[in-house]
Amino acid sequence: MIVKGEAVVFGDDVNTDVIIPGRYLTTLDPEELARHAMEGLDPEFPSKARRGVIVVAGRNFGCGSSREQAPLALKYAGVRCILAESFARIFYRNAVNIGLPVLECPGVSGMVSPGDRLTVNLAEGKVRNDTKGLTFQALKLPEFLLNIIKDGGLIEHLKRRLGRRGHV
Amino acid sequence: MNISEKILALASGREEVAPGEIVDARVNVAMVNEITGPLAIEAFRKIGVKRVWDKDGIVMVLDHQVPADSVESAILHKIMREFAKEQGTRLYDVGQGGVCHQVMMEKGHVRPGELIVGADSHTCTYGALGAFATGIGSTEMAAVFATGKIWLRVPSTILVHVTGRLQRFVTPKDVILMIVGEIGADGAIYKALEFAGPTVEGMSVSGRMTLCNMAVEMGAKTGIINPDEASIAYVESRTSKPINPLRSDPDAEYEERLEFEVSSLEPQVACPHAVDNVKPVSEVEGTPVDQAFIGSCTNGRTEDLAVAAAILKGRRVKEGVRLLVTPASQEVYLEALKLGLLEVFVKAGAYVCNPTCGACFGGHMGLLAPGETCISSSNRNFVGRMGSPEASIYLASPATVAASAVTGEITDPRRLMAEA
Repeated sequence: MIVKGEAVVFGDDVNTDVIIPGRYLTTLDPEELARHAMEGLDPEFPSKARRGVIVVAGRNFGCGSSREQAPLALKYAGVRCILAESFARIFYRNAVNIGLPVLECPGVSGMVSPGDRLTVNLAEGKVRNDTKGLTFQALKLPEFLLNIIKDGGLIEHLKRRLGRRGHV
Repeated sequence: MNISEKILALASGREEVAPGEIVDARVNVAMVNEITGPLAIEAFRKIGVKRVWDKDGIVMVLDHQVPADSVESAILHKIMREFAKEQGTRLYDVGQGGVCHQVMMEKGHVRPGELIVGADSHTCTYGALGAFATGIGSTEMAAVFATGKIWLRVPSTILVHVTGRLQRFVTPKDVILMIVGEIGADGAIYKALEFAGPTVEGMSVSGRMTLCNMAVEMGAKTGIINPDEASIAYVESRTSKPINPLRSDPDAEYEERLEFEVSSLEPQVACPHAVDNVKPVSEVEGTPVDQAFIGSCTNGRTEDLAVAAAILKGRRVKEGVRLLVTPASQEVYLEALKLGLLEVFVKAGAYVCNPTCGACFGGHMGLLAPGETCISSSNRNFVGRMGSPEASIYLASPATVAASAVTGEITDPRRLMAEA
């Protein structure tokens, strides 16, 4: 699975309240959530992300609440993959479960500038910065998580399992 | 093994587990609220399973925006009610419960030795009774609804050992804010925090909840305390179901042991815009505030309202400041009513709200305007958390919040009460 896109760069401790504030959580429409993605940090983010981007961030990305609306807002805004030094665990699981690729990538924030073209090989955990001509290794996703992402998220993954075995 | 490892071993049908192992665990109780529940219900329907795995294992609570503050919220509430009716699951509707974590504890849904998942990050609060409890998202919850199972990585554990007697008006909130400041917002990612020591053992269940509640603010998977007489008495007064308390072995292994001595601890304040930006109150005293908030799953219990009322009795909220008091549940509301605390608040010029997550979550009941400052007994001070991204939030204990509401600026409650 190969993902390509331009980098949008953020710092440490990007929390779920800046990704999508609580006051927007009454909607079930992911497109509406996407219009407010990252509002607390960069109100221009939805227009930047529309062309398809890779988010690069520091430590503890997605800390805070369990709201799955956070990765949903990013996914529907146009985020194709998130590379961070580390992730908050609930955000990490939520992203995988909705089929948004996330890779823990120590050192990534020092190797990417905003607008760099990135190519990510999810299966191998390899990231190439095409603009700077650098290649670096992320932590590889365990195979069962990679399979959930490949299937497009946990629901599709479960449906496949169901289909094969006739029960969950 | 330590308590977290024992519970995860039991839940996954294993003799032993070790940190780093991934286990397929059986869930005892699953909780959703109206912010995370409707997405879980939508995902559950897509899986194509007709019935939930165990209707008695699911608890649904309306709390974040109750009573409905908009048509959109009303629709979310309706989705929850219809699902509960269709599946036969327990729903705590408007007027029956309150903030989900408080309701889970009060209504006997939290039992020691059990594995609980909740679609809310502060689910880790239930560690106060010796349950292993952790927050998950909506899609994952749909899978739990369908299968009753979840994969979990067995966390390594940091033992946080606390000794020393707290000074008057220094509270469990000050202890946990100090700990968050020391460990940092990402210092316990993927890990369990086990709180122990004489100070913790001396805390009420309410105080223990405050400790475990904020484990997630350090990135932890859970906060947990070994069950003892006090917590078992609490559980047995709330449920007649059999319980199986598990405790850490004396030779249990920990990744790290941290020691804190708190007898000289002063009230602590987490400053904008990070929960780990913690300072002793003396360093921020005098900062003007526009709003003060007492409530939330962190500090909206009777004990919290009582300490605030002790400070507000015979005093007035400063002109130009608004104090919001939001009891965490109907039960807390009734207790506060019987104890005369609500009267103290109203006479002091505070605004008493109905039980809800309210201002803490920034959904309704007290949002902030640009440029405003709030001192809050809640758990997060992130940009935009309680309203405008241009507002500032300071986190403190209910005592510090009450004292600050009286003076209109951040105030050490010990100083205010010494002057009396």
